[in-house]
Amino acid sequence: MAYVVERKSLSLSERLYLPQIVAGMKVTLKHLFKPNVTLEYPDVRPAIPPGYRGVPTLVKDPNGREKCVSCQLCEFVCPPKAIRITPGEVPANQPDRAHVEKGPQAFDIDMLRCIYCGLCQEVCPEEAIFLQNTFSMTGYTRAEMVNDKAKLYELGGTLPDQHFKWDKKKAAEERGNPHH
Amino acid sequence: MTAIVELWNSLHPMLQAVIKGLAVIGVIFPLGGASSLVERKVSAWMQGRPGPNRALPFWVAWVPGISLLQRLGVFHLLADGGKMFFKEDSLPGHVNKFYFLLAPVVAMIPALTTVTAVPLGAYVDEAGRVVPLILANVDIGLLAVFAVSSLGVYALILAGWASNSKYPFLGGVRASAQLISYELSMTLSVIPVFLWINVPGGEGTLSLAKAVEFQSQPGFLGGMWFIFIMPIAAIVFLVSLFAETNRLPFDMAEGEADLVGGFHTEYGAMKWGLFFVAEYAHMMIGSAVFILLFFGGWNPLPWIPLSLVVGWLGAVSPVLTHPIIVGLLSLGIFVGKVLFMIFVFMWVRWTVPRFRYDQVMKMGWQKLLPLAIGNLLFYAAAIAIRDLQLGVAYWAALAVVTVAATWAIFANPLQKPAL
Repeated sequence: MAYVVERKSLSLSERLYLPQIVAGMKVTLKHLFKPNVTLEYPDVRPAIPPGYRGVPTLVKDPNGREKCVSCQLCEFVCPPKAIRITPGEVPANQPDRAHVEKGPQAFDIDMLRCIYCGLCQEVCPEEAIFLQNTFSMTGYTRAEMVNDKAKLYELGGTLPDQHFKWDKKKAAEERGNPHH
Repeated sequence: MTAIVELWNSLHPMLQAVIKGLAVIGVIFPLGGASSLVERKVSAWMQGRPGPNRALPFWVAWVPGISLLQRLGVFHLLADGGKMFFKEDSLPGHVNKFYFLLAPVVAMIPALTTVTAVPLGAYVDEAGRVVPLILANVDIGLLAVFAVSSLGVYALILAGWASNSKYPFLGGVRASAQLISYELSMTLSVIPVFLWINVPGGEGTLSLAKAVEFQSQPGFLGGMWFIFIMPIAAIVFLVSLFAETNRLPFDMAEGEADLVGGFHTEYGAMKWGLFFVAEYAHMMIGSAVFILLFFGGWNPLPWIPLSLVVGWLGAVSPVLTHPIIVGLLSLGIFVGKVLFMIFVFMWVRWTVPRFRYDQVMKMGWQKLLPLAIGNLLFYAAAIAIRDLQLGVAYWAALAVVTVAATWAIFANPLQKPAL
């Protein structure tokens, strides 16, 4: 609905303009003595709030086991095609994960392509990939900007797990309920 | 100390003049550079930032307490200077080379020449007279300052035109129009001061030292600074000074938002640095003139002239009244005031946004100029009534006319707000 904006004529002090400038100078003088609002970044790092979407990482479960099963859903969903997974066997030295059919042989995320959208984290059925609080990635070459599997686990660390999905599967299988 | 004075007196007058001149330039040039650092720091603090605080040459890093200087950004000054001296001095292919190279020089010359007629301090000689510290104690004083400092605009016009590029050209045109507009109000605003100083029977003078002398007389009216006697003149002068020195809110000639960099868009390295230092030198000379005319020059406080302070010092110890000590003291007071004015320039810069060009013109011609003329007429009439002792009836008539004129200018409901 159309309405008329009332435009008040200027008061005398506004027309004289100088009192207004003096008022403004009072404000700036106050700011001169206020503490700084900036962080001195490389020395002081900002606190990262929970839910921050930083660099995507691979995480391990609390028992230190790999969670990724190389299903490649993240690779398929990734809009800029930054993720490249080479599927492989679960290594023989992990007997408690032998019933997990696959594990990633190689897992590369090209950080020059990544757009930090978080779709990989959302699509992952194993809760193995998370965008965590690393926000600063630099390198001198293109190759340096590709995070390989070792780097991804190093960045990711261990996150708490509520399900222990594959342990439950194994227990159910042993109880004789293969379709748990 | 007497040995120094004797050595100095034994020098050839020409040599003395050269040394004095070099000393003044040797102070003003680095002060101009230092102002750029202060500007960065003040702007940062006003915006809630720490400002430049990183640079630290590795060969002094071991000195204890050096980190305080580092936090204050002192070494950024050296870094900036070094950068400007040693970076590539590019010369665009499309410029008029002669005038392009001439412009920064033309910018520096008036900035450093005007200082000759500006007294920087004073000392009291054996006879008890106050002798100003000045390079050329000429009677035309202020006229010389105005005449030479207006030449500064030629640098801007030359730079704008010789760059052969549209933004510098626009900057140069704006600078010339703006300086012409505000020169008038500025000159008119100081005439009442000299009407007041040149009392009938005295010798006529335009000397700035005389203006300070006039503000250091005994008595209530004698010791009063001119800011209290003629505040309107002081405000008009100050606003015109902002416009003359191309400082915000009047930096139409630079206008980095609309004109890229204005007249110095095509300049780089030390050529740009010269413009920069010239701007600050102009500010310093302008502030110096403002302080001499309206803020009592080297007198520490209103009604406390320098000679009174010298008397107090003499009561403590006669050594302290030595001309060198008193000279340094007055110089310190004066330079302190000038530096405070520089701070005010920066303070205003980060408070008031830039005017539009039409607002600048409107303010210059429709507000400041009538105000300056009215102010001049008022003081001319008041001084005439005072000197001729015409009586109360004339004072009353002057008051009525003043109130009526003020009302006509500021309260006229038919007039649209200009700004």
